Amino acid sequence: MTRQTQGAAAAQAGMVQRILHRPITATLIAIALGFGVAAALLAAAGYDPGASFAALFEGVFSKPKYVSNTIIKAAPIILTGISVAFAFKTGLFNIGAEGQYIAGAVCAVLVGAKLDLPMPLQIPLVVIAGVAGGALIGAITGALKARFGIHEVITSIMLNWTMLYLNNFVVQSAAYHRPTSTSSIPVNASSFTTILPAWKTSDAGLETLRQVPWLYDFLVKTDVNIAFLVAVLVAVGAWFVLFRSKLGYELRAVGFSRDAAEFAGMPVGRNTLIAMAIAGAIPGLAGALMVTGVEPHSISTLAGFENYGFNGFSVALIAGSSPIGCIFAGLLFGGMIYGGQSVQMAVGAPTDIINIMIGTIVFFVALARVVPLVADLLERRAQKRGARHA
Amino acid sequence: MEPDASLAVQMRGIVKEFGTFRALDHVDLAVKRGSIHAVLGENGAGKSTLMNVLYGLYRAEAGEILLNGERVEITCPTDAIAHGIGMVHQHFMLVDNFTVTENIVLGDEVCGAAGVLDMKRAREAVARIIETYGLEVDPDAKIEEISVGQQQRVEILKALYRGADILILDEPTAVLTPQEIERLVRIMRELASAGKTVIITHKLKEIKASSDACTIIRRGVQVGTVDVSRASEEELAELMVGHHVNLVVEKAPAAPGETVLSIRDLVVEDERGVEAVRGLSLSVRAGEIVGLAGIDGNGQCELVEAITCLSRAKAGTIAVHGEEIQNTSVRNVHAHKVATIHEDRQRRRLVLLFTVAENAILERYRDPAFGRRGILDRAAMSSFAEGLIEAYDIRPADNADKPARALSGGNQQKVIIAREVSGEPDVLIAVQPTRGLDVGAIEYVHRALVAERDRGTAILLISTRARRGHERIRHHRRHLQRQDHRHVQAGRGRREPPWPPHGGR
Repeated sequence: MTRQTQGAAAAQAGMVQRILHRPITATLIAIALGFGVAAALLAAAGYDPGASFAALFEGVFSKPKYVSNTIIKAAPIILTGISVAFAFKTGLFNIGAEGQYIAGAVCAVLVGAKLDLPMPLQIPLVVIAGVAGGALIGAITGALKARFGIHEVITSIMLNWTMLYLNNFVVQSAAYHRPTSTSSIPVNASSFTTILPAWKTSDAGLETLRQVPWLYDFLVKTDVNIAFLVAVLVAVGAWFVLFRSKLGYELRAVGFSRDAAEFAGMPVGRNTLIAMAIAGAIPGLAGALMVTGVEPHSISTLAGFENYGFNGFSVALIAGSSPIGCIFAGLLFGGMIYGGQSVQMAVGAPTDIINIMIGTIVFFVALARVVPLVADLLERRAQKRGARHA
Repeated sequence: MEPDASLAVQMRGIVKEFGTFRALDHVDLAVKRGSIHAVLGENGAGKSTLMNVLYGLYRAEAGEILLNGERVEITCPTDAIAHGIGMVHQHFMLVDNFTVTENIVLGDEVCGAAGVLDMKRAREAVARIIETYGLEVDPDAKIEEISVGQQQRVEILKALYRGADILILDEPTAVLTPQEIERLVRIMRELASAGKTVIITHKLKEIKASSDACTIIRRGVQVGTVDVSRASEEELAELMVGHHVNLVVEKAPAAPGETVLSIRDLVVEDERGVEAVRGLSLSVRAGEIVGLAGIDGNGQCELVEAITCLSRAKAGTIAVHGEEIQNTSVRNVHAHKVATIHEDRQRRRLVLLFTVAENAILERYRDPAFGRRGILDRAAMSSFAEGLIEAYDIRPADNADKPARALSGGNQQKVIIAREVSGEPDVLIAVQPTRGLDVGAIEYVHRALVAERDRGTAILLISTRARRGHERIRHHRRHLQRQDHRHVQAGRGRREPPWPPHGGR
């Protein structure tokens, strides 16, 4: 090898290593591996992996309606993901996003079903009720940790169940039960956060929208609502609070080093409470937006968890606890959940294959620390080769 | 340097690069068989890197290694072990709830038929090595039950059990008490006289007592190898740092002003509710350094926590400029311009995952200078941090955006000193400010303290582990303390714990 080609090879190797050291690379590789494992399983079970993946992508992208539904599905898990990521950045483990989500949904119904004000007042009130409900549950967890040192994982798991039964209690209560159903009464139409809910189903609206087929598809055939836009704003907001505000500076200091924060005069207990309250408010917001934005605009009796909170964990993990990253991870997740249904319809493969894919991706993301190690290994190999040539 | 069979280790022209940073630049090392050879250098000079190359943890870009005059290829620790090289790292690698014997044989177990562990034979083998070198550890004790000094001996045993003839000890004295250091020196002498070769990395202290020869590395470049018996500590320090080092701090006589910090009849209880500080009274005037000495665990910790309002004073007063501050809040203490340099810098004074710029404002982030309406002014933070980095020579110079964890201990301490001193405090509490630092950094800290004194700060210097004539107290008495320091015994009247703590010899 001449000196020049060797230099070029070294530069190329350097670039590969730089790319391998970037966190996003590890995530992308993990996603690819997730698809790979799913392909192997599909093939082993006798389904055509190519056709299955084609069905998955068609199930997400082939119609504006599907894209719309994917975004609707993604919004709440983006929010619960941001909640988990936010808590994690402040040194807390918010496994309670599930319960906080339910609290938000219940509170939105409690207020929205009984109150019927003009829309500009009603929507903020109902949404704020949900946010407050989630924040309260988060704050209880934070207060117990700050005051008595009880670990947040224990209290939030218990609160998850508490919220599940509170939800069922509200659904069954005389004031909120809808006769001959397993649901509560819906929130009043004035609290709907669906985009243009009245206009799009009016004659004038339908007439106008028919002119633009994709928009008709996108708007009329789904419950498209403001939740995704709100989620994007919350992601940016969470990033700003964490990294650009003095509050976030304090919260992160307490999260990273309680002792140093204490010595620097920061109120450690209060910050734990604030961090958990914020982390709780975000799933609460998600719960409220799902009630106000998606049919049937009510809550129903739960036999088990709907996994909004737990899926948020996977989203935050795939996003590497970056609030902005949660938008993309949430979309990926939402796409797989929604598009996965078409896999079953198209090739007959069970939807479990989607769960396996998600599981594999999360597994490999968790293993992502391996990728920089592989980069180092390549570097050492290159050195060895270089030494042999020298 | 020609191949020489009388030399146990020869390293020639070793070059090691990390990215663009050259950690070792053509370093040579020659170690005689059966000798104790020290590798001396400041933090970050490259001594551990050189040892890691020898042990196969790093691969050098250039250079060769000869053992007993023969060229060897060491690419991983397994190679090193096969060539009879053992290494004891600064941070021990032991399983806490395993016994000494179990730890020693771990990875190299004695097995009977069908791969069944034969712990009886293993224990015998271990006991034999303990006997031979006088290492004195109970082979059946669990790691969590024995002292740090004994844990280090277990690490040495692990290397010897694997047949090491060349033993690398990386900063072996950093974690030990003075008694344990004496023990270690004796063990090393024992090993050397049995024909083993010992290489230790060092930060100057105890080198005269322990080593035969010494190779000095400064910023990755080998400066020279000297016969320890012919060089003075000052000469070694000078070679190491690259300029003349003052082991004695030069300073003008103190010109103390009025009393700034005054403590009266202070009583503080420790966590168990035992009175750790009993009726302590002292005062510190502006422009003087008052030393407070005592063995660790005699109330120094509780005193500092009380002054900084992290724990309650049960009785008595702490006043700054006549205003009582005890049992108020940490922020109130800061408002009275009391700054603290703490011995436990990584736990108490830095957020290791924060950048240097973020750490630089740890106590001042509320200041409008760093952003108004609750929003951080990143530009102001960076320029403030860069100012400190330049003024206090914190290295590397482009570290404002790097996490504090990436800095060496000395530079971490510089960040803290820079931050505390830049607030122009009236009172400075310095707890073991030089602990774990190398000579260059120690000199720096001493100078900074004296400069603060001359500016008119009242300084309370607290040291621990200072009984029995250990160098620390002599050190302060000699260098910082002359006519302007008064000694006060902390935790007066408290029964002192048995010493040495682990039964000793």
